[in-house]
Amino acid sequence: MFPNRLKSVLFTILAIVPVLFSQVSVAAGEDLMVTIGYLEQVVPRPPVLSNLEEVPEDQGIAGVQLGIADNNTTGKFLKQNYTLQTRLVGEDEELLAAARALLGQSRLIVANMPAESLLAVADLPEADGAILINASATDGFLRNQECRANLLHAIPSRAMLADALSQFAVRKRWKDWVLIEGAHPGDQAFAAAIERSAAKYTIDIKARKTWEFDADVRRSAASEVPLFVQDFPDHDLLVIADELGDFGRYFLYHGWLPRPVAGSEGLRPDTWSAAVEQHGAAQLQSRFQKHADRPMRSVDYAAWVAARTIGEAVTRTNSSDADVLRSYILSGEFELAAFKGRKLSYRSWNGQLRQPIPLSHPRAVVALAPIEGFLHQHNEMDTLGLDKPESDCKAFGG
Amino acid sequence: MPDFRWQSIGGAAVFVMIACGVSAAGEIWISNEKDDTLSVIDEATLEVVRTIEVGERPRGITFAKDYSVLYVCASDSDAVQVIDPDTGKILHELPSGEDPEQFVLHPDNRHLYIANEDDAITTVVDVQTRKVVAQIDVGIEPEGMAVSPNGKFAITTSETTNMAHWIDTKTQEIVANTLVDQRPRHAEFTHDGSELWVSSEIGGTISVFDAATQAEKGKIEFAIKGVHPDRVQPVGFEMTSDGKYVFVALGPANHIAVVDQKTYKVLDYLLVGRRVWHMAFNEDESRLFTTNGVSGDVTVIDVENLEPVKTIKVGRFPWGAAYRPDK
Repeated sequence: MFPNRLKSVLFTILAIVPVLFSQVSVAAGEDLMVTIGYLEQVVPRPPVLSNLEEVPEDQGIAGVQLGIADNNTTGKFLKQNYTLQTRLVGEDEELLAAARALLGQSRLIVANMPAESLLAVADLPEADGAILINASATDGFLRNQECRANLLHAIPSRAMLADALSQFAVRKRWKDWVLIEGAHPGDQAFAAAIERSAAKYTIDIKARKTWEFDADVRRSAASEVPLFVQDFPDHDLLVIADELGDFGRYFLYHGWLPRPVAGSEGLRPDTWSAAVEQHGAAQLQSRFQKHADRPMRSVDYAAWVAARTIGEAVTRTNSSDADVLRSYILSGEFELAAFKGRKLSYRSWNGQLRQPIPLSHPRAVVALAPIEGFLHQHNEMDTLGLDKPESDCKAFGG
Repeated sequence: MPDFRWQSIGGAAVFVMIACGVSAAGEIWISNEKDDTLSVIDEATLEVVRTIEVGERPRGITFAKDYSVLYVCASDSDAVQVIDPDTGKILHELPSGEDPEQFVLHPDNRHLYIANEDDAITTVVDVQTRKVVAQIDVGIEPEGMAVSPNGKFAITTSETTNMAHWIDTKTQEIVANTLVDQRPRHAEFTHDGSELWVSSEIGGTISVFDAATQAEKGKIEFAIKGVHPDRVQPVGFEMTSDGKYVFVALGPANHIAVVDQKTYKVLDYLLVGRRVWHMAFNEDESRLFTTNGVSGDVTVIDVENLEPVKTIKVGRFPWGAAYRPDK
């Protein structure tokens, strides 16, 4: 009844995948108790010019709370019960003491702190064999030469964000850039990631400048900004590295040439943004809004996805043992639906969660990277960030 | 189709229908999620003959067993609307719980099982008394709804919990939970009631369960040349009543997979519109109508030859489809 077509060759590949793994038992017995720890180091943020938005105090913890609630909704059908233990600290010494105490209660920790603090916690003897999931630090070295076997990353690296922007620009043929960076270390790290990405995608950064203007640019943007950018060579895209959101916003519509702005302002590559609504994301957005009474931010998403990572691994293995969960999370079996339109999984060579990166402005998502056409021999999402052949991470047995 | 159906129809009309290869002029009703309308397609002419305004964000649609009324999940109006299909008028609304997305009508023609996506609840409504009979806690983001042909089980699948929940329709309680792959979207029993099939959008699979034991019998994977595996995302599907085929919408892969109901082998892939979502057969199952969300149209598939034969423009983001035979 079916004509012999070339296609039929393909059909033989498909078919029934034998049921290799028995289902998680839903049968009687005691509830499996899973304690997830949340450790945050509250770091004072440098002041920014605008008073328009504040960084919410519950950034991160609100995401992990929603993730735990989601895990419990699923867990109640499987007799799995999740509880959250939290520690929020300020100074370095307190952090390590708090980390030790928390690791005594849970071997599964969602961490929200700067990179150096993360490494200090990961290197504690008490952290050996635990799972720490980084929900906020975007630094490349954590995924590369300073990677740790007990440290996974739910938040994308700056390299992944920069690659997302580069792919979009290549697709648009906007391949001549100028780059403006702020004076903060994070700005410079982002600018370095942008430069590395530009080289990878053969984008020409025609000029690079640091913004050090220390007066209030809010009132003088119309005169100061055109002057600052006037000597740039012609370009397709003006890219800004301003992670704190301090000065970049005053560059929009004040350029010497009429050119689009991207990076930390204008078209932003982000882990998550309030404009993300496809792939069922509107449901996560509304659940988070109900829970926290504000929109979900990138760190919230990463903390949520970290808690869901643990939940998904517990669901499929019916275990709360960190070793069992780590092996499962890093295996080819693990997959997580997390409202980005593709199944997410962890890179086996450095523990980074591979994920699509939305490029958006405040009112809409413009594109979702990996952009169609950027191919990879294993997984298109590995076109974003540090791929296996470039990795200097040794802690994962690579 | 039996000849008696044709006796009441004029010769010219019969000629038209034979020419179209169709044996009765029923209607295909399509819900347009982003237009708050229904498009009614004439089966003989394959044209939209009526557009009906309904509540906000219509998604699931289904007819009463005698086709006297149409039920519509008006998701953002938080109601199930009951519509007279002859006049297109909204007769009344049923309480539905918040954000009803998809539902299924029990064989008793009386109880609607409704997935309340935002509340992790399945609501059971009696369409005669217009009262909520039960609300059942299910997993996160319930969507897929099915009922066994003998009416014993109702199924809710929950997208973020990755489960099919088996509800005993006598007690309105969950009696079993079966894990499936990531983001289950749709469930259907085989016509003989022996199997439950569940599609997993992000997992990219269909899981087949033995209805008697709830044990997994098999898993079906899909692959289309030139389409990245991550974009092959099974969502809605329908089974032919002769037990031969299952037609599976593959979402952003823009294809319908044709699966052998018995062997679980994928037999063919048919190109349709963009982001194909759900579908409905006509009465004798000679034609299948698929809703293509992103391209805003419906693809007509010739089931005998497994060929797409026509594309019909409908409203914005067509979602559900339901067939109504000629009276």
